Amino acid sequence: MDDKELKQIMEEGFNAQDYFCDARPRVVTPVANKIVRKFYNWAQANSLWILAFGTGCGSIELPPLYTARYDVSRYGIFPRPTPRQAGVFIISGYLSVKTLKRVIRSYEQMQNPKFVLGLGSCTVNGGMYFDSYNTINRLDYYLPVDVYIAGCMPRPEALIAGFNELKKMIKQGKAEGANQYAENFDWYKANQKKIIKDWDLPEYNW
Amino acid sequence: MMEAIWTKIGYALASLFLIFNYGLLLIGVTMKIIARVHGRIGPPIWQPYVDILKSFSMRTAVSHGIMFYLGPVFRLAGGIGLYLLIPAVYGSTWLQNFSFSGDLLLVMYFIFFGMLGMALGAGEGGHPFSAMGIMRGLSQVTASEVPFALAVIALAAQHQTLSITEIVAAQQGGIAHWNMVTNPIATAAGMLAYLGMMMHAPFNVHMAPQEIPVGPPTEYNSSFLVLLQSNRSVFAAAKLILFMNLFFGGATSIVEMVIKTFLIFQFCVVVGVVFPRFKVEQSVRWLLKAPTLIGVLAVLIYSF
Repeated sequence: MDDKELKQIMEEGFNAQDYFCDARPRVVTPVANKIVRKFYNWAQANSLWILAFGTGCGSIELPPLYTARYDVSRYGIFPRPTPRQAGVFIISGYLSVKTLKRVIRSYEQMQNPKFVLGLGSCTVNGGMYFDSYNTINRLDYYLPVDVYIAGCMPRPEALIAGFNELKKMIKQGKAEGANQYAENFDWYKANQKKIIKDWDLPEYNW
Repeated sequence: MMEAIWTKIGYALASLFLIFNYGLLLIGVTMKIIARVHGRIGPPIWQPYVDILKSFSMRTAVSHGIMFYLGPVFRLAGGIGLYLLIPAVYGSTWLQNFSFSGDLLLVMYFIFFGMLGMALGAGEGGHPFSAMGIMRGLSQVTASEVPFALAVIALAAQHQTLSITEIVAAQQGGIAHWNMVTNPIATAAGMLAYLGMMMHAPFNVHMAPQEIPVGPPTEYNSSFLVLLQSNRSVFAAAKLILFMNLFFGGATSIVEMVIKTFLIFQFCVVVGVVFPRFKVEQSVRWLLKAPTLIGVLAVLIYSF
């Protein structure tokens, strides 16, 4: 197979309507009725499904979070293996450029409303990898982050505290990351493309 | 005439409402029990309600086409259809549902119906994991239908009828009349097949998050997921009521129905907590060995 054929297959694949959406993510305002909106926010806060995608060393804190010692299921928090159903994305620790590509793709496949938790110092300012050639330093240049949990490594208790903070924000209607991403879509895309040199993703891929 | 139809519709809706809530609470209680076995505290028992509400309140949904829409509809229609053909409480006016003579055969078909609808819907989702999950699920359900069908044939031969209501009627008058006592071999085959149908461990590899991400519903989100979550409660409760009617003497009151179905459900929950998952080929092989042989034995006894 030569390059031309490969390119053709790639283009056909990426344009296929069945798998990719060619529309930009759009801002969806919450329900206008105040009582219904509060009720929905309460439901969103009490049923948080985490996308099972560990990016860095922080993902080692997730198994104790789910199992007997810390058991987050008592707060209505469950792991979910598919981005279509998940609502919370934990960026667990450093994010290499290679992983960032997959993270963006998974994030865009999640449905509105969606929330991002930055776990560990690496997501705040790069942490101990601040001068690394292949990790990003500030997560919120690339994705809208709702809650940061600082530390290296933060313990599961810190994660639970972060979840409580997120719940508070959702109940107050302040966790609008999905809409923020849609509003500033061009800025986020420009930042992402600056750091990912081999950008072979379709333009809109959720 | 019109009034009779409206009354029937009213009864059916009330009956569905009851079973929907019962199924959700059953799932909630079971999550709690499983958590306690694991040494966890577990989610509150109303968690399934919150999950459904949360999925419903999602602001966007991705669809892949017409069949993708219809898949969950078929699945829910399968669950509701199955439930409405089984008498939930024997002798009750509104929980008798639409049971008629010969419903046993239709019920066996309806257990399969939702899975087939789901196969079309999940297929259009285009995700390879969906197709794999459907293939695994279908092969497993097919394998568990074999011992189940044999157990049903044995019961039909024993009672000389294909009507669930008549089978329940024949078991009235105390525990000594239950098919569990009068036909223990068919009950054994039926209850082993039941393990394969209930989608709990060791027979839940097609839905396992760690195996292939949640199998058939991989691509389903938001409101589509609400339909699947609702079906999960209705379908599970309907199957429990079916097995209660076939082997454990049915129920003459809602309380009796709740106690019996809860205990029957705990059978597959306890087995699931204790045993690890089978691979698909292992579960098919297992279902086609001992349970099927027991089923054949049950049929043979009544054919001589």
